[in-house]
Amino acid sequence: MSSAQMTPRSDATDLRELLTRGDARRKLVDRLMTVVIYGAFVLALIPLVSLSWTVVSNGIGRLSPYFLSVSMRGVFGGMDAGGIYHAIVGTVLITGLATLVSVPVGIMVAIYLVEYGRGRLAAAITFFVDVMTGIPSIVAGLFAYALFALFFGPGVRFGAVGSVALSVLMIPVVVRSSEEMLRLVPNELREAAYALGVPKWLTVVKVVLRTAIAGLVTGVMLSIARVIGETAPLLIVAGVIDSINTNLFSGRMMTLPVFVYRQYSQGLVPCAPDAADCIATINFDRAWAAALVLILIVMLLNLVARLISRYFAPQGNS
Amino acid sequence: MSRTDQAVPTRSASSLLPTQGAVPRRDVGGRVFSGLATFAGISILVTLAAVALFLVVRGWPALTTPPAVLAEEVSWFPADATMLSFVGPILFGTLLAAIIALVLAVPVAVGIALFISHYAPRRLASGLGYVIDLLAAIPSVVYGLWGVLWLAPRLYPLWQGVSEGLGFIPLFTGPPATPPRVVATVGVVLAVMILPIITAVSREVFLQTPRLHEEAALAMGATRWEMVRMAVLPFGRSGVISASMLGLGRALGETMAVLMILSPGFTYSFALLLAGRHQTIAANIANQFPEASPAGVSILIATGLALFVITLTVNMTARWVVARRKDFSGAN
Repeated sequence: MSSAQMTPRSDATDLRELLTRGDARRKLVDRLMTVVIYGAFVLALIPLVSLSWTVVSNGIGRLSPYFLSVSMRGVFGGMDAGGIYHAIVGTVLITGLATLVSVPVGIMVAIYLVEYGRGRLAAAITFFVDVMTGIPSIVAGLFAYALFALFFGPGVRFGAVGSVALSVLMIPVVVRSSEEMLRLVPNELREAAYALGVPKWLTVVKVVLRTAIAGLVTGVMLSIARVIGETAPLLIVAGVIDSINTNLFSGRMMTLPVFVYRQYSQGLVPCAPDAADCIATINFDRAWAAALVLILIVMLLNLVARLISRYFAPQGNS
Repeated sequence: MSRTDQAVPTRSASSLLPTQGAVPRRDVGGRVFSGLATFAGISILVTLAAVALFLVVRGWPALTTPPAVLAEEVSWFPADATMLSFVGPILFGTLLAAIIALVLAVPVAVGIALFISHYAPRRLASGLGYVIDLLAAIPSVVYGLWGVLWLAPRLYPLWQGVSEGLGFIPLFTGPPATPPRVVATVGVVLAVMILPIITAVSREVFLQTPRLHEEAALAMGATRWEMVRMAVLPFGRSGVISASMLGLGRALGETMAVLMILSPGFTYSFALLLAGRHQTIAANIANQFPEASPAGVSILIATGLALFVITLTVNMTARWVVARRKDFSGAN
């Protein structure tokens, strides 16, 4: 009896070996690919970590209330002076105007696509909004320049031109995110409003937009974070300047990202060996510090946007 | 407010209300509002058309003026060049840098997308996706600064090793420039910059793989990798292709990182590790524009038009593939 039991068992081990002979290799490949795929993720973290670390460690030294509150006017050579106040002013004004233009347009386009758009026009607009997100930023800058050069002649450089360039880049981003948010509003809310006799446009304004407001604000903040770091279009249409300019419609205007580039491109300063007030790497130091400020602004915008969407999200249950 | 006045004639079926007898008043607010929305929608199409139109109008003089005149007026325009022979090398450089970036970024991005969609613990997945998205939030000028001051010196030993080991391939002819402000370094930085978009789109597609396909593969005894290879990757192939094209579009138009890292030159050279051989359209515009004369501006805008047309084509193809895919997929 016992021998009868033994025989099939040894058969089973033979069979198992037969069936699983290829498994060693397959298991190995599986393990290997798991390692490769985890590795890909870790590989992507390397630039993120090293970039954050480099910017913080190189930028923190120069970052001070003084650096934030003065411009570069009258700063030359290796002077241990100068700051980014003028660039912050320029960035806030230019991005602010771009936001003022892009947000109403972007949200109206989203409303059109979600509430009104039917047929080929809506399909075409959806498609070209997507295509528009891929316009190179430098091309947006050239467009803004060409547009304003038509009215103000060649060599036009002032802040509002930069705002127009940024708007071209910002509108599609606002449309995309707002559209997504408006589609999340439950249809029951719209139908309830219609049932009470509210016309469609008031339903959109008072019910749909109000329900989606947290999502819309999040989307707008993320789109600001997206364009606030744009350099190339501002470099060619808003220009470079060392002093404070608060007029968007006249004169060149410095912005934070352009400041980073400008400082970098000025390079090392030749210092006399006995010079007291001369730092050879001063331009790079300022570039790192300004880059740190820029990254902090972008991250802050991202963080606040996420918090808003988390805490003020509609508490609906459908 | 006139809220009830408008509400009644448009929606109410009740005859109890006193205003009902009158001719239904037209919904003025509604018309204005929907008109505004439609106008905003059309303005998108108008803007895109205007971008193309203005670039053509402003770039036209450069295309019609004889090259000899251009060379006379613009210091950096080569004397014996035509517009075509001027655009050629920088177009080549643009494509070269973007293709290097794509070759480096796509495998890594597909790996990350698989990691987030199929390997990482479910609870962590969305958080990890957000970490990758952070790479997209970093401004390009910061990438440029990091690339040229931090990364380039650290890549030098690698390029040296590559040129010693693989120097017989024309691509890696050495000795590599030092500091390596070369197109290979630019490619690495661009690859990092386009990782997030390729990852995001691929991830979405991988997540749409029909659950039944995956479970069928696992039920037949496939390992996780075999399941991915047999079910997820074939399903996501067109998605990965269009994601790569979106990444290509980004890489083609990227300006600041190239401008800050690359030491420019105007040749058709495949030597990736040598400096002063390549330049891209976008970086060339940013470099020359601030001090360009009207004729120079016109030349630059004409090159910008070429860039616009190329990126537009790439993006439209990618979006078209995505849109077509959406119709077939059962996931939505």
